[in-house]
Amino acid sequence: MKKSAFLGTLAAATFAAGFAAAGTLDDVKAAGELKCGVSTGLAGFALANANGVWDGFDVAVCRAVAAAVLGDGNAVKFVPTTGKTRFTALASGEIDMLARNTTWTFSRDVDLKFEFAGVNYYDGQGFMAPKALGISSAKELDGATVCIQTGTTTELNLADFFRANGISYDPVPIETNSEAQAQYLAGACDVYTTDASGLASTRATFESPDDHMVLPEIVSKEPLGPLVRHGDNNWGDIVRWTLNALITAEELGVTSMNVAKHSSEAGKNPEVNRLLGTEGDLGGMLGLDKAWASRAIAVNGNYGEIFEKNIGVNTPIGIARGLNASWTEGGLIYSAPFR
Amino acid sequence: MVDQSFVRTEIVPEKSAPLSEAGIVGWFKKNMFSDIPNTILTGVVLYIIFMVLGNILPWVFSPTWNSVSLTECRSILAEIGRDGHGNGGACWGVIRERWLQLMFGFYPSELYWRPVLSFLLLGVALAPVLFDRVSRKILFFTAVYPFICFWLIWGGSIWFPVSVFTGFIISYFGFVIGSKSAGSLAGVLAAMALPIIWWFVLLSPVNSALNSIIPLGSEAIDSDRLGGFMLAILIGVTGIALSLPIGILLALGRQSDLPILKGVCVCFIEFIRGVPLITLLFVASTLLNVFLPPGSNFDLILRVMIMVTLFASAYMAEVIRGGLAALPKGQYEAADSLGLDYWKAQRLIILPQALKISIPGIVSTFIGLFKDTTLVSIIGLLDPLGLSTNIRADMAWNGILWELYGFVALIFFIFCFSMSRYSMYLERKLATGH
Repeated sequence: MKKSAFLGTLAAATFAAGFAAAGTLDDVKAAGELKCGVSTGLAGFALANANGVWDGFDVAVCRAVAAAVLGDGNAVKFVPTTGKTRFTALASGEIDMLARNTTWTFSRDVDLKFEFAGVNYYDGQGFMAPKALGISSAKELDGATVCIQTGTTTELNLADFFRANGISYDPVPIETNSEAQAQYLAGACDVYTTDASGLASTRATFESPDDHMVLPEIVSKEPLGPLVRHGDNNWGDIVRWTLNALITAEELGVTSMNVAKHSSEAGKNPEVNRLLGTEGDLGGMLGLDKAWASRAIAVNGNYGEIFEKNIGVNTPIGIARGLNASWTEGGLIYSAPFR
Repeated sequence: MVDQSFVRTEIVPEKSAPLSEAGIVGWFKKNMFSDIPNTILTGVVLYIIFMVLGNILPWVFSPTWNSVSLTECRSILAEIGRDGHGNGGACWGVIRERWLQLMFGFYPSELYWRPVLSFLLLGVALAPVLFDRVSRKILFFTAVYPFICFWLIWGGSIWFPVSVFTGFIISYFGFVIGSKSAGSLAGVLAAMALPIIWWFVLLSPVNSALNSIIPLGSEAIDSDRLGGFMLAILIGVTGIALSLPIGILLALGRQSDLPILKGVCVCFIEFIRGVPLITLLFVASTLLNVFLPPGSNFDLILRVMIMVTLFASAYMAEVIRGGLAALPKGQYEAADSLGLDYWKAQRLIILPQALKISIPGIVSTFIGLFKDTTLVSIIGLLDPLGLSTNIRADMAWNGILWELYGFVALIFFIFCFSMSRYSMYLERKLATGH
């Protein structure tokens, strides 16, 4: 609490200073590159390959925004941020947007003065346990030792869950995910708890993943999404509607394969036409050109393609769409209409 | 009666020691098996060494150099009947694929020669400082080296480092001319004021003018492409090179009779020593940004270098103060009685002795500083440890710990051990005790 108040004060100070500066859009255009805060390394979400090229689910959002604004998905300067530095980096203007698996919470939105542009991944905290333990539900974990990363919301959620169910646990505090992996495999704890996406990627690296299971309970809501500073609504709109364009493209069947064809001339579906700028001028309202969404989709494909390429079932991480399916297929991924 | 007692007239020739006392056998007998408790201890230690090596060596010698993922490592190890990754053998493919990244970060691979060349030139620049047999003339190169290094690593227009260096030349001439015409105080003032005017007022117009006349430069590299050991060495060497002179000045300032100067030095040293380095790094990475005007682009690596240098300087000052305090009062009085002024006394009599006493402490601070550079991974810079997190985010290598950390530890050991050996060499060379 103390810390967030401190960060909030910092953010407020910059917020006041930020008014004097020109709009973020102009800054980004003048710099010719988008400064995008990402994780220092999180499997499937943000990582640099052997050639130093960034890739991942969050990285794809940065590239889409860069393509929409600057016309080049590679015109991004990726700024690796840690859980501790990410908010000040955004508040101080060191980065233009943050796409770093950040949970949308009340205090971050209101108190820290940020604006979440939407949700690109619905996560939730889960538990992983060895099958040899012979349990099928987290409610049977009475008296278990639990590996938990300290100083995160997962720690608080864990306490809430066990208290609500009237069972006891023994926490084993650890610092990083890789340490947790090692401790869990060495048997230092019975259960490992973190976000379900993290559990999936951790389990995938095990020598024998089938000996371990992710328990069905999801004990928290973790909507992850890109965010920007308060005070520049136009820039917030650009990031929000770029994300919405990727989501809508999946819904309308616009993919990286056919986006060029659809963009070249107006087709039968008026919403596709509006999205890709062959009809009306939605881009102009944002201060961009007509083809902005078409370029954003062309970089990495639509939302579904980005998901499948980085974390989908055919990748080593192998996360099913689940909550993150389009609303037409029973998920929560939903975009306001392009009209 | 003749005395028949035998007196030997020639000296008995020397014999080599009996076989049981000489050579390897003798050494073992004397040092390892001299009595029963020692024999037992030897046996126990041998057993422990055997157990440790027996576990580590098969892990190290694991035929996985050419693998492209942890999965492939596992199948290779399973094929030769080892006990899986972790216990059975290391997965060295990650080092083969990523060692250049661990060394250079995201520096463009076709330009690797630039950091390599600046590292080699660092050796040349340091040679006259480290070894007295090297020609003193190279010291001129040492003075220019930081600017060459900056230009090689960051690239960009050559006129920027050249004109910053010109500031120092201006300072020198300001001092010479000022002190000749209007006394030493005027000289010091001129030496401080002139370069500041040059750097802050004249530098950028002159720079752009030169650039438009003769656009000479190389491809500019953004700071965010620096990483790995290159970053650790850059921060470490900058900190080491700057903290020694600043530390000496602070230590002298703390012993000074001038109250304001002394107060400033004491406050600085005590403040910096009172906060952990990680706090200073957070100040560099987050707070400074908030206080600077929006849109100002003050390079993060530069900010970190400044903070690390300040931190090391404060510790260095205390180490050197220890050396100064260890000198007998007679040395100071002797310097005074020779009629030397303050700076001459420090330069010729006090500091050479004080620094010699402080060598072990100074080198410890250097080694500590170099290892502390890994803390920058906490503020999101991709130093070797930060990079190893990033490498593990690649699903091909997720789950690999020991190989990466072992490699990083090995490189750090090489650097720190060399520093420590050099300090012992220096102590032996400067030993004047009898």
